[in-house]
Amino acid sequence: MSMNTSLILLLILIVGLAAYLAGRSRAFATSNGKLSVLHSLPGYHGMYAAICAVIPAAIILAIWALAAPAYIDGSVRGALPEAVHSQGAATTELALGQVKSVANGLKLLDEAELAALNNGSANLRDVLAAKGVPLAGAGEAYMIKSAEQFNSMTSTSRMLMAGVVLLVAVAGAIFALRGITAPFRARNQVERVMLWALMLASSIAILTTIGIVGSMLSEAIRFFNSVSPASFFFGTVWDPRFAAAGSEATQGQFGLLPLLAGTLYIAFVAMLFAVPIGLFAAIYMSEYAQPVVRSIAKPLLEILAGIPTIVYGFFALVTVGPFLRDISAQLNGLVTGSYVSFIQAQSVLTAGIVMGIMLIPFVSSLSDDIITQVPRALRDGSLGLGATRSETIKKVVLPAALPGIVGALLLTASRAVGETMIVVLAAGVAARMQLNPFEAMTTVTVKIVNQLTGDLEFNSPQTLVAFALGITLFCITLCLNIYALYIVRKYREQYE
Amino acid sequence: MTEIASSSSSAYARPSATRRDIGIKRRYAAERRFRAYGMAAILTGLFFLFVLLWTVISNGYTAFQQTTVTLPIEFAEKIIDPKNERAANPSKLMSANYPLLVRDALVKALGIDPANRADVKKATDMISASARTQLRDIVVANPAVIGTTVNVPLLAEGNIDSANKGQIDLTVEESKRKVNDQQIGWMKTLTDSGAMTKNFNTGIFTFGASSRPEAAGIGVAALGSLYMMLIVLALALPIGVAASIYLEEFAPKNRLTDLIEVNINNLAAVPSIVYGLLGLSIFINFAGMPRSAALVGGLVLTLMTLPTIIIATRAALKAVPPSIRSAALGLGASKMQTIFHHVLPLAMPGVLTGTIIGLAHALGETAPLLLIGMVAFVVDYPGSPMEPSTALPVQIYMWANEAERAFVERTSGAIMILLIFLVVMNLGAILLRRRFERRW
Repeated sequence: MSMNTSLILLLILIVGLAAYLAGRSRAFATSNGKLSVLHSLPGYHGMYAAICAVIPAAIILAIWALAAPAYIDGSVRGALPEAVHSQGAATTELALGQVKSVANGLKLLDEAELAALNNGSANLRDVLAAKGVPLAGAGEAYMIKSAEQFNSMTSTSRMLMAGVVLLVAVAGAIFALRGITAPFRARNQVERVMLWALMLASSIAILTTIGIVGSMLSEAIRFFNSVSPASFFFGTVWDPRFAAAGSEATQGQFGLLPLLAGTLYIAFVAMLFAVPIGLFAAIYMSEYAQPVVRSIAKPLLEILAGIPTIVYGFFALVTVGPFLRDISAQLNGLVTGSYVSFIQAQSVLTAGIVMGIMLIPFVSSLSDDIITQVPRALRDGSLGLGATRSETIKKVVLPAALPGIVGALLLTASRAVGETMIVVLAAGVAARMQLNPFEAMTTVTVKIVNQLTGDLEFNSPQTLVAFALGITLFCITLCLNIYALYIVRKYREQYE
Repeated sequence: MTEIASSSSSAYARPSATRRDIGIKRRYAAERRFRAYGMAAILTGLFFLFVLLWTVISNGYTAFQQTTVTLPIEFAEKIIDPKNERAANPSKLMSANYPLLVRDALVKALGIDPANRADVKKATDMISASARTQLRDIVVANPAVIGTTVNVPLLAEGNIDSANKGQIDLTVEESKRKVNDQQIGWMKTLTDSGAMTKNFNTGIFTFGASSRPEAAGIGVAALGSLYMMLIVLALALPIGVAASIYLEEFAPKNRLTDLIEVNINNLAAVPSIVYGLLGLSIFINFAGMPRSAALVGGLVLTLMTLPTIIIATRAALKAVPPSIRSAALGLGASKMQTIFHHVLPLAMPGVLTGTIIGLAHALGETAPLLLIGMVAFVVDYPGSPMEPSTALPVQIYMWANEAERAFVERTSGAIMILLIFLVVMNLGAILLRRRFERRW
């Protein structure tokens, strides 16, 4: 099906190309060798013809490709036997799905096999399995009929679509070619279409946001249909598996709080680690460092920001985790005599430190930008009054830069909250609420990954909960980002 | 102390008794301390960078070598095709007992008694189980090889490979290590006879996923990543540039465009995993695209990269001085012509730099790909972006979860390859900027 659609698309483009060439040469011909009589250059006439050929046809193609499957599904569903309909919507959908696999399978069969199926001498399921098309349930007789209906409607629709679309393309091209005259304002027309295309492109940013919010909200609402929002947002137990059959609670418990606690705790440890280092590095680079040192140290530190987070995760798993575990065993041995490690290899501390390393360049470059924006006059004034450089920094530069730095730290925090790969490999999967940084905790992002990897069906709360977690995460980071951007923007205007 | 200094220094000095103690010493000490903190912070950052890279490189450089055992394999007809039915039924060649060929060759090379089952088992354990497919492919490609004896380089099993590279501590008690003393003796025999050699490991670049480290490589994953990068480049660059041109050059300054601007800045900071959820729910559940396909991965990464490209392109467009626009407009160009013929070409280095940085970011991204089912055990090269595939960072993630020593080595090796790609891309971006950037 998709091959066919792309073939039609290719044909449309060929028609478009032909229209372009024809339009250009026709415009040349119209000018009788004197281009200045034309309002627009011949190329624009060509482009106008190509646009008239391609765009309406492509729009029809897109609408057809989207609408036809829905229409065909509808009429095949309607033609299913009454016995199927009477069993409810879910069964009907299941039967429709089976009919579609049968329809796929029928295309692979030859005449003899089809005849055997139709007179009932061959088993549908076995025949299809031999062709590599597994069928979920036992095939029933009505399915062959429905599948044939499905196949014939699909092929009719496809032929009609090809015919209509190509006709529209050719008609568009002819319409444009006939309209070519010397005073025709082809350039203005082409530019108007281009402007629309540019607007369309910039609306994709909005569409993405709408897509994120819409898709996650709709899936999250499906989740909240089976689990109450109160037990999700205020639940303290995360245990998403199904309880044993017949027990009181037939579902797992989806408490957000342990995950949120882990997320915030790890982000806090990471910030605790990254902020002093990043801030001091930024101060040194902007206030003290020689240009040579700065030109070397700054890009080197920024390498840390370019390293993929999966590499940090591996670093935590292979180096930092075992190192903390071993050193804690040694420390414990020195103090109490028993060489038992008190830091687990997967722990809040491991994840926090490694995430902190990742965040150092974020803090340092953002703060560096803001500190260098503080006007020279403020520094000179302070130095002129006899303050040392560090006093100037502490009493004048930092207070002036403070709002911007807070904004930068908020942006960094939002990154820490949304970080995934480091915590997947370094934080562990145990959803607990506790305060010991040496133990494993888990985060919202880890659970999104856990719930959605592997074979799964999309209707259970076990998978849908990931979208509820996702929208929570999105809201947290959105608030942090908007507030941070607001502060940074406001601060920037102060000195301009 | 201050007394002596001030009285001798100047005739205008005030009487020393009135000079306040402004704690200059203390303050200078504080100054030095503050400065030292700054240096320490930078050094700490660089130290971590060094440790990180050192971890990867020290664990990973050996992944580019692989131990192979070259054995004279006798492709005996009585083992491969005892009933001589390959002409009638070629599929017999697919299911023949190839491990037996390896066993016979190994037993001969090491001089083991074929009746001693325990020893034979220990010896055959030294050769990777991938030998089966390797020999099968040789025979299927050229059935004439049956009945002859050919020297075939076979991959050594992962632990033997590790031992040969000196990564297994031989002082540990024999029962607690993965390689026993007898095997080590045999390894020495094979090495002395020239059968066991360490070669450059081409497999890590060409193989697909495998549960056996010696037969695992990033080839298939790299192809998946390549598909996705091409999709990102083909979609994100034109859309990003078009969006930036509209926002920067055409859009009226009103609340809607302001909203779009805030929105784009926000999208740049949305956690990448959220894009994975978006892809799962819209592209896979709603639009019915196949799971694990590079196409979906490419689309998700496109949406993720767009804000980066838009922000970079807008900055580049802004940097083109208004005089260029005025000159073009003054000569009668339309606004569209001004932008596409004059402004955009001048902004192109900045646009491309932003695009390369965005692509590098997308290449290293893992989290959203996990959600759209690209954590798949993909053995064969995907023929098109619609087929199940995996990506380089996802392959690294999957290997990182394997416990074996040989997989730590492979993971680090794969990370080195990924980092080399990123370094090349970033260097390209820097060079582009240096070479073509104009200062107005």
